[in-house]
Amino acid sequence: MPPAALAVHLSIGQVYAWSVFKSPLETEMGLSGTASALPFQLGIVMLGLSAAFGGTLVERNGPRWAMFVATACFSSGFLISALGVVLGQYWLVVLGYGAVGGIGLGIGYISPVSTLMKWFPDRPGMATGIAIMGFGGGALIASPWSAGMLSAFGDGRGAIAQSFLVHGLVYAVFMSLGVFLVRVPPEGWRPRGWVPAEKAATSMITTANVSARNALRTSQFWLLWGVLCLNVTAGIAILEKAAPMIRNFFAATATPVGAGAAAGFVALLSLANMAGRFVWSSISDLVGRKNVYRLYLGVGALLYLVIALAGDTSLPVFVLSAMLIISFYGGGFSTIPAYLKDLFGTYQVGAIHGRLLTAWSAAGILGPLVVNAIADAQERAGASGPQLYALSLYIMIGLLIVGFTANELVRPVDPKHHEPVADDENRERHESGEAEVER
Amino acid sequence: MNAESTPPNRTALLVFGWAWVGLPFAYGVYALVQKVTLLFAG
Repeated sequence: MPPAALAVHLSIGQVYAWSVFKSPLETEMGLSGTASALPFQLGIVMLGLSAAFGGTLVERNGPRWAMFVATACFSSGFLISALGVVLGQYWLVVLGYGAVGGIGLGIGYISPVSTLMKWFPDRPGMATGIAIMGFGGGALIASPWSAGMLSAFGDGRGAIAQSFLVHGLVYAVFMSLGVFLVRVPPEGWRPRGWVPAEKAATSMITTANVSARNALRTSQFWLLWGVLCLNVTAGIAILEKAAPMIRNFFAATATPVGAGAAAGFVALLSLANMAGRFVWSSISDLVGRKNVYRLYLGVGALLYLVIALAGDTSLPVFVLSAMLIISFYGGGFSTIPAYLKDLFGTYQVGAIHGRLLTAWSAAGILGPLVVNAIADAQERAGASGPQLYALSLYIMIGLLIVGFTANELVRPVDPKHHEPVADDENRERHESGEAEVER
Repeated sequence: MNAESTPPNRTALLVFGWAWVGLPFAYGVYALVQKVTLLFAG
């Protein structure tokens, strides 16, 4: 199952490498920087929307159907974009990569989540960490691969169109492994020697189930929505401005950071983002979801304070702090499905997760908006170096403290929201089977 | 049902599956490490 999930997530993670295509598109199709970002932005919006609205369909039709839809949409997005470039119709690129491909992103993102947690009920954090680490790692593959392909195909619109075409075909084949391999475990499956813990009265891990519809009526869902949104906002604030930020911070020092070194810093953050998705999520299986979010939000706030106070005095302190913050950002993404499973059960956790991902869309707007607006205002006011970012850093600390408080308020879900036990039994009878279920 | 009753060994498929995703991933990590060295060397 993990290779199936990774085949999908490593592919759709390509979206973070969209910037490779920006400059060629701007040059060959006469676009502005804002226009060339449209396919990416629409793709992220569609990711959130399709995950939110498609979650129930994914639960109903199963992961194989979801992975097939994701493969078809994501690959078609590239093929439509290739056609758009050949015809000189940029709107087709926006429609193809952004809208059609974006549906593939959203459905693909949530497709393996609940199935992985059913296969690994003893380690749900590690299981989702593996898949969601793939999403972080997708750009690592796509970035050098796409750049190399563009370079090999030469100049002109034809090179971009050929690159899109090859991407569409290769990703279709690559993702097909997921469609081929994915399996839902039979009802009641559990790992060898693992016995589910008895539910304690105050346990944060439920043995009951809550439907996606009912989950939206609980305070827990909205508290976690806020936790994810604020944790992502804090991370994006650094990710989005990483290269200019490190250069500005150390511009006035004896050892300024050059463009190549700044690219190295961005790469290091990608590594931290990816590693955090696996490491912290796996640790959450041992220490509990609430505690690991205390780490993300509490220590994250302290690290922002370290960056603000240290200023340009130490490059290693800056780099290490930023890496840890970004690892918490990644960990926040990969731990949230297991947190949802703990609170709402596995019944419709994929659909609930899909709805929660709207927090990501909100954070994607909020984080860059805050950092860019403040940095621009500070620059106009004549500030330079770390001062450009000081206010943003303190705002992020405030947001993380609000997120920390929201996490503290999370309690077990009121039993009135649980699915009736009789329904569960009926469902079990209906779905029972000794062989693996292939759907 | 527990792990004892899972289907027979699928080692070959497992190796193939992990290689399918592992090799491109290793390529990506290799390219990334090359960039990272620039931060401290450049």
